[in-house]
Amino acid sequence: MADFFRYLVIGLGNGAIYAMIGLGLVVIYRATGLLNFSQGEIAMFTTFIVWSFTQAGIPLWASMLLGVVAGFLIGVVLQRVIIQPFGDPHQKPLTLVIVTIGMFLGINAFAQLIWGTDTKALDPLFGNGQFEIFGVGIAWQKVGALAVLAVEVVVFWLIFQRTKIGLAMRSVASNSESSALVGIPVSRVLMIGWGLAASIGAVAGTFTAVDRGVDSNLMILTLIYALAAITLGGFDSLVGAVVGGLIVGIVTEVVPRYVDFLAKVPLAPAFALILIVLLVRPEGLFGTKRVARV
Amino acid sequence: MSLLEVRGLTAGYGLVSVLDGIDLSVDTGEAVVVLGANGAGKTTTLRALSGMIPAKGEVILEGRNVLGQRPDQLCKRGVAHVPQGRGTVVDLTVEENLRIGAYGRGDDGIDADLQRWFELFPRLGDRRTQSAGSMSGGEQQMLAIARAMMSRPKLLLLDEPSLGLAPLVTREVFDRLAGLISGSDIAVLLVEQNANLALEFASRAYVLEAGRIVGSGTSEELKNDETIQRAYLGS
Repeated sequence: MADFFRYLVIGLGNGAIYAMIGLGLVVIYRATGLLNFSQGEIAMFTTFIVWSFTQAGIPLWASMLLGVVAGFLIGVVLQRVIIQPFGDPHQKPLTLVIVTIGMFLGINAFAQLIWGTDTKALDPLFGNGQFEIFGVGIAWQKVGALAVLAVEVVVFWLIFQRTKIGLAMRSVASNSESSALVGIPVSRVLMIGWGLAASIGAVAGTFTAVDRGVDSNLMILTLIYALAAITLGGFDSLVGAVVGGLIVGIVTEVVPRYVDFLAKVPLAPAFALILIVLLVRPEGLFGTKRVARV
Repeated sequence: MSLLEVRGLTAGYGLVSVLDGIDLSVDTGEAVVVLGANGAGKTTTLRALSGMIPAKGEVILEGRNVLGQRPDQLCKRGVAHVPQGRGTVVDLTVEENLRIGAYGRGDDGIDADLQRWFELFPRLGDRRTQSAGSMSGGEQQMLAIARAMMSRPKLLLLDEPSLGLAPLVTREVFDRLAGLISGSDIAVLLVEQNANLALEFASRAYVLEAGRIVGSGTSEELKNDETIQRAYLGS
């Protein structure tokens, strides 16, 4: 039982990180209607930036916030320089998804060019302390990850539901042509959407890097778990990304512990989850089923 | 001086030219209809006027050539376009659809305007928190018109509001629309196939055939014109 509880805690900790990357995917989907395969790589790149700031002697939390700002700017530049020339995402969604796969490769290579292939170390944001429940040690870092995740969800929910730019982003994602006709500057709104989605990668990366260090492969597996998470939770749901992320974190941690042959293929439960959800409930647990009368 | 003066407007898609040099004008507070069959270029005309597709010629709005401006820029200048198929944003609620209509506005009268629309169209008020996609065709058309009015336009461009609506519903939409603009100085440029209703609604009309204006006059004149009767009025 104590073992199970320990696996659960590890799973929640991992799940919080999947959820953070998942949030970025949901934000870009809600703001532009696109699935962005380079989301994880943007997070990796900005985490290197965070590391560079810490090397310059800036405290970790301040470095992370600077990484968030850098992420916003990177998102803006990527949208302007690479995405924008392809035009309206609604007319060429497939083209743009493939462009984001290209960005995945490009950003990865670029990061290796700048920071090399050695793994860099980042300290835990919430220190090395831990406390005990049921005889299982729980790191404050894991609790901190869940708390930060909660803050992110609330902030993005407020942006989407309570601000004018949030409404404009949802409108553009749903129908860019009509949005332009009512006076929304579509291109600028898309740019801000990219900036917002890219901004939170540094946070996810700062938490991911604690256990495994920072290198250019930081987010490759995490992205796949995050994709499973938002498929489960619903592509357009912030809460869905969180619940989906935590479930995926728990399932992929706990199941292989008890099913021997899965221990060697840790991604298998995530893939199985994607397939089952898409078959049974394609809109996910919290996603919106599109209602449209003809 | 006309509110809108269009001279030699040509437009098309790729190598296919659809509009072959169109001249028309709309005065402040005036309702004008462009009649035409399928494929005549009605929708293309409106799309060119509101900057959705590239076009050549002159589009003079309040004395200034606005050709080449983006739809959102034209919206700020007072042009509101209700596209074919209504263009309601189906993933937003009814209220949110109306709110984005006021996106370019910076004044604090937006809530009051919303309230006014909910009173004018109680159906919209009843469904303010529901997704716009769940409404019937006629309701969505009224929502699309109300949304366009939220920008407080000087010129309303309407693309076949009768499309896909039952005759009774179409009549209701035109009646409500006439009620909305009577007494205001909002000008309407409507493109329609339904000539009967459109000529009742508008005071002047142009006839568009294969990308050219082939006739124009007051609605009375066109109603009594034999060719028009045969081609568009079905009598």
